[in-house]
Amino acid sequence: MQVPELLQRVGQVLLPGDEFRLDQEDNISLTEVSRPSRAVCGPGLRRSGARLLVCKSGVLRHKAPNVFWIDSQQKRYVPAKGETVIGIVTAKAGDIFKVDVGGSEQASLSYLAFEGATKRNRPNVQVGDLVFAQFVVANKDMEPELVCMDSSGRANGMGVFGSGGLLFTVSLGLVRRLLSPLSELRSDLEQLFPCELVVGMNGRLWVRSCSVQQTLIVANLLQSSDSMTAPQRKELFRKVQQGAL
Amino acid sequence: MEVCESSKVSLREFGCEQNLLSRPDGSASFVQGDTSVMAGVYGPAEVKVSKEIYDRATLEVLIQPKVGLPTVRERSQEQCIRETCEASLLLSLHPRSSLTLVLQVLHDDGSLLSCFLNAACMALMDAGLPMSCLFCGVTCAINTDGQIITDPTAAQEKESRALMTFAIDCAKRRVLMSSTKGSFSVHELQQCIAVSQKASEKIFQFYRDSVRRRYSKNL
Repeated sequence: MQVPELLQRVGQVLLPGDEFRLDQEDNISLTEVSRPSRAVCGPGLRRSGARLLVCKSGVLRHKAPNVFWIDSQQKRYVPAKGETVIGIVTAKAGDIFKVDVGGSEQASLSYLAFEGATKRNRPNVQVGDLVFAQFVVANKDMEPELVCMDSSGRANGMGVFGSGGLLFTVSLGLVRRLLSPLSELRSDLEQLFPCELVVGMNGRLWVRSCSVQQTLIVANLLQSSDSMTAPQRKELFRKVQQGAL
Repeated sequence: MEVCESSKVSLREFGCEQNLLSRPDGSASFVQGDTSVMAGVYGPAEVKVSKEIYDRATLEVLIQPKVGLPTVRERSQEQCIRETCEASLLLSLHPRSSLTLVLQVLHDDGSLLSCFLNAACMALMDAGLPMSCLFCGVTCAINTDGQIITDPTAAQEKESRALMTFAIDCAKRRVLMSSTKGSFSVHELQQCIAVSQKASEKIFQFYRDSVRRRYSKNL
């Protein structure tokens, strides 16, 4: 492994300006078949020649074999390709919709990017509607572009939201915790009462439960668990389960 | 440069809280003795066409005094802080967007500019903006006897012969910005820089501890 120094710091808090040295392989071995493993930098890490720079504060995470990233608590969303988000349609301009996703720029969504949509058969999207969509173009130099179908042309859960439900925002760290496989927060929530939950990577959550009261309870629980430790959260969820309902 | 005999760099008690406001994308309050500043960061957000820069983000710094409207003094401090932040932020990663940093004075008891800088750095870090390095501000005053006082109070500032504030980066302890007032010799300037670099180590260690405490909940 090239980065033993980095491996030692996994799980620790790093600050911008921290630096690691990567050993550069000067000679390419002609006899050895296996390629040396190189560190792959995720969010918060940058590579500059033989150095690896930290540019966000947060906890260093590692995924085998050699992927590293910084897990930070943030509120502002920066679009990234392939991420699914909840957007609000703000304008209809010819054949595209403008969608607010909470980033620095509004994203565009073509009316043909819905399942079963054709030039004759337009999807029924009004200004103010919520859409669950995926980024196909998201980089710093171009306008972000959304689609509401996967590569095989199926909706796959994406599209315009139905009526009812409640939209609210939480920090991006909480969203990632909700979406991670084997998430404790999600399994705690599942035990409370049945609800529909849509999680956008841009920090927007949409909840619908059997009654308005239960919807509000779930929303408040999620918003408050943002700043809680796991035992505090478990305690709160237990109280809610025993209490009013 | 001469290394001065200041193993006993004294700073007032300082404290910090991150993420204390709900509306901004990043916020922090920084307290140095009785001087206290609150900072809020918004962005990367949509930018006005007139202020758009095609290859990097536009950074705007606003200082709100305790009473009244910002004056020329605040404007010059805004410029010092903006240029320091621009040096440490990786603005080219968010082209055509705007960053706004609002600094509110809660109480001024000397070393205000350095407190602004420290609050700004903590707020930028809280907002998760990409930075190449951290920075901190240190104020030094030279009194009439020629003694160097770090982090002076308002009374000490008034009695001083010269007053200097430096912004120092965390990677190589280089000076990013300096703002001086009064008369001093070249030797005294270099001594003050050396003292500030020494003091910056304490502040950077404090940054690290306070961020670690913040993330201790989800380690």
